[in-house]
Amino acid sequence: MIAPRNAMPTQDPQERARNFDEVALGYTAEIAKAEATRCLNCKNRPCVEGCPVHIHIPEFIAKCKEEDWEGAYGIIAESSSLPAICGRVCPQESQCESKCTLGVKFEPVAIGRLERFVADTHNSLGVLPAKPRSNGHKVAVVGSGPSGLTAAGDLAKKGYQVTVFEALHKAGGVLAYGIPEFRLPKSVLEREVQSLKALGVDFETNVVIGKTLTIDELFENGFEAVFVGSGAGLPIFMNIPGEGLKGVYSANEFLTRVNLMKAYKEDSDTPVDKGGKVVVVGGGNVAMDAARVALRLGGDVTIVYRRSLAEMPARKEEIEHAEEEGIKFEMLTNPIEVLGFRNPDDPKDPRNGRVSGVRCIRMRLGAPDERGRRRPVEIEGSAFEMQADTVIMALGTSPNPLIKKTTPAICYNNRGGIVVDEEGLTSMKGVYAGGDAVTGASTVISAMGAGKTAAMAIDEFLSNK
Amino acid sequence: MRYRIVNKQQLNPTVYRIAVEAPLVAAKAKAGQFVILRVHEDGERIPLTVAGTDLNKGTVDVIYQVVGATTAKLSALEPGDHLADFVGPLGEPTHIDGVKRALVVGGGVGCAIALPVARALKDNGAKVDSVIGFRTKELVILQEEFAAISDRLAVMTDDGSYGDHGNVTMPVKAWLEGGAQYDCVYAIGPLIMMKYTVLTVKPFGVPVVVSMNPIMVDGTGMCGGCRLTLNVDGKRVTKFACVDGPDFDGYQVDFDEAMARGATFVLQERHAKDACNLFAK
Repeated sequence: MIAPRNAMPTQDPQERARNFDEVALGYTAEIAKAEATRCLNCKNRPCVEGCPVHIHIPEFIAKCKEEDWEGAYGIIAESSSLPAICGRVCPQESQCESKCTLGVKFEPVAIGRLERFVADTHNSLGVLPAKPRSNGHKVAVVGSGPSGLTAAGDLAKKGYQVTVFEALHKAGGVLAYGIPEFRLPKSVLEREVQSLKALGVDFETNVVIGKTLTIDELFENGFEAVFVGSGAGLPIFMNIPGEGLKGVYSANEFLTRVNLMKAYKEDSDTPVDKGGKVVVVGGGNVAMDAARVALRLGGDVTIVYRRSLAEMPARKEEIEHAEEEGIKFEMLTNPIEVLGFRNPDDPKDPRNGRVSGVRCIRMRLGAPDERGRRRPVEIEGSAFEMQADTVIMALGTSPNPLIKKTTPAICYNNRGGIVVDEEGLTSMKGVYAGGDAVTGASTVISAMGAGKTAAMAIDEFLSNK
Repeated sequence: MRYRIVNKQQLNPTVYRIAVEAPLVAAKAKAGQFVILRVHEDGERIPLTVAGTDLNKGTVDVIYQVVGATTAKLSALEPGDHLADFVGPLGEPTHIDGVKRALVVGGGVGCAIALPVARALKDNGAKVDSVIGFRTKELVILQEEFAAISDRLAVMTDDGSYGDHGNVTMPVKAWLEGGAQYDCVYAIGPLIMMKYTVLTVKPFGVPVVVSMNPIMVDGTGMCGGCRLTLNVDGKRVTKFACVDGPDFDGYQVDFDEAMARGATFVLQERHAKDACNLFAK
């Protein structure tokens, strides 16, 4: 008899829709042990293959059964640099948990929730890692998002002297500006950054590589290898009329104002539109994040997505959380124009030029596209108007162009991504890259996987130098 | 501690010039580029254009007008105090190569951006005429600096309390009608001033470069808040001022949309105009 999968304790939906505290509260030791005992410890270990960084999952779960949380942490830490983060934001349902043998007949083991519990338990002890002996080699990491932090951690553990350059004033990349507090508390990120600092990693914030310093100058300054993890920051817009109206944001801008600049706090200097009717366009995790942030700021929020629920790229758990909190969904619907307010009697009315609504058209699903997803087709004559005070475009992002402009030796593909080989090496000697800067917008864990691969390649490159 | 303020000078009742220690930025910054700074932890990120650099001291000059919460806090700092953050140089430098005869038009505190452009043109061997305009006498800034590098200089005030009475387009039009030949006109100031400078110059067929400095958060292309629309051969194209600009072809910019966007947070009074303070003439 297999016990049912242990649910994640969460804040009450009504309650959490009004605060920025973490939604998922985490397992207790008791629940974690019970969940661990569900693992069959099967021979072929398919879950490990499903993990982009190949954590020894059955082994760490075995330690959980014995309540040896530090032992479990040690096993995870061999493969993952940021377990408290991955346990929260990885799409386990399409990775490790999707391969779980138990999942064939029953529900899979809650691997992600166990990972989070183990990492949080370890972090609560407040033990920082010791600084390894230096091997005398200097490596530069560009960008402090998940790929950069992973590469920096892996290299520092091997004795490299690592400097991470970050364009913003705070380390973390998308973990700091993109993922909201209620899904990834900033204290968790801060803790991981402190661990890296303890390993000897230097963080240089307010340095834009490609502007303040170029890649060539990093080599001139004594760095022997460079890892570029500059992310996919550039927001995509629909190019429909009215996108320039006041009250239209990219999800990046909206989330950055709230997460990084703390606009949700009453005393913040950074403004953001709060409340009113909010329309979020898109169906990914970023759309869910933007919608749930807007809700917490007092908004009446509707997500507009051109395909149906089944095609939504967001994690199932995020969609469910959004629904529970009271976010509305308009599926098979696409905006064709953002409508603006104009007071015909008063050209100086401050509301002039502000968003008043969105004109949308209904869609149906047509033939599958090259990626196998059914292409949405407009239904003629189905246009209608929705009221809106704020519109947030969450349509994806493309790689940051700043390094491209000053480093011609690095080759790019036609989507703006850096071209790399299987080890992460770019077309420039000593320069490696990974994460969204290579793939375009993807997940935290795949970026970490790329950072890990590149760190191994950099180690090999510099060891043989 | 980084980003120490080493010098502070009041240029008019609300405009200040400060020099900030930032050697990496000083080594790279060129005319037309900008920095983003935060006055204190948890403060707002605001873009300010580089007004000059001192390579020996490793300092960067910025000129700002006190118009809102953040610039008020900035003006409370004195030499010896430190800024929380100072990052740059961002944006593309102003293109000056090949320009032999230039007309530089500055409006209000926009003159702080126009001056390094005029100086860079002069240093590059160009002949420079300048027009600078202000609302009233007590707001006039940088007149001596412009006089030192300009072959011809007109100072305008809206109320006639100083220099010539009227706006900047008057000498621009008069000089062009008088046969002045320019390879390029650089218009830097409030959006409405740039819009009318473009309209004034258009019949004479001279290229006009305008400097857009809209609402921004990161300044590296990430937020898209600084987007503006260009009309390129009848097609609407979205551009980001922080990475594609801040300079754009004045004939292509949709000024009316830019003016509406510049007032995005005007309803949130405390922040009014703070993010786009360069245009509060």
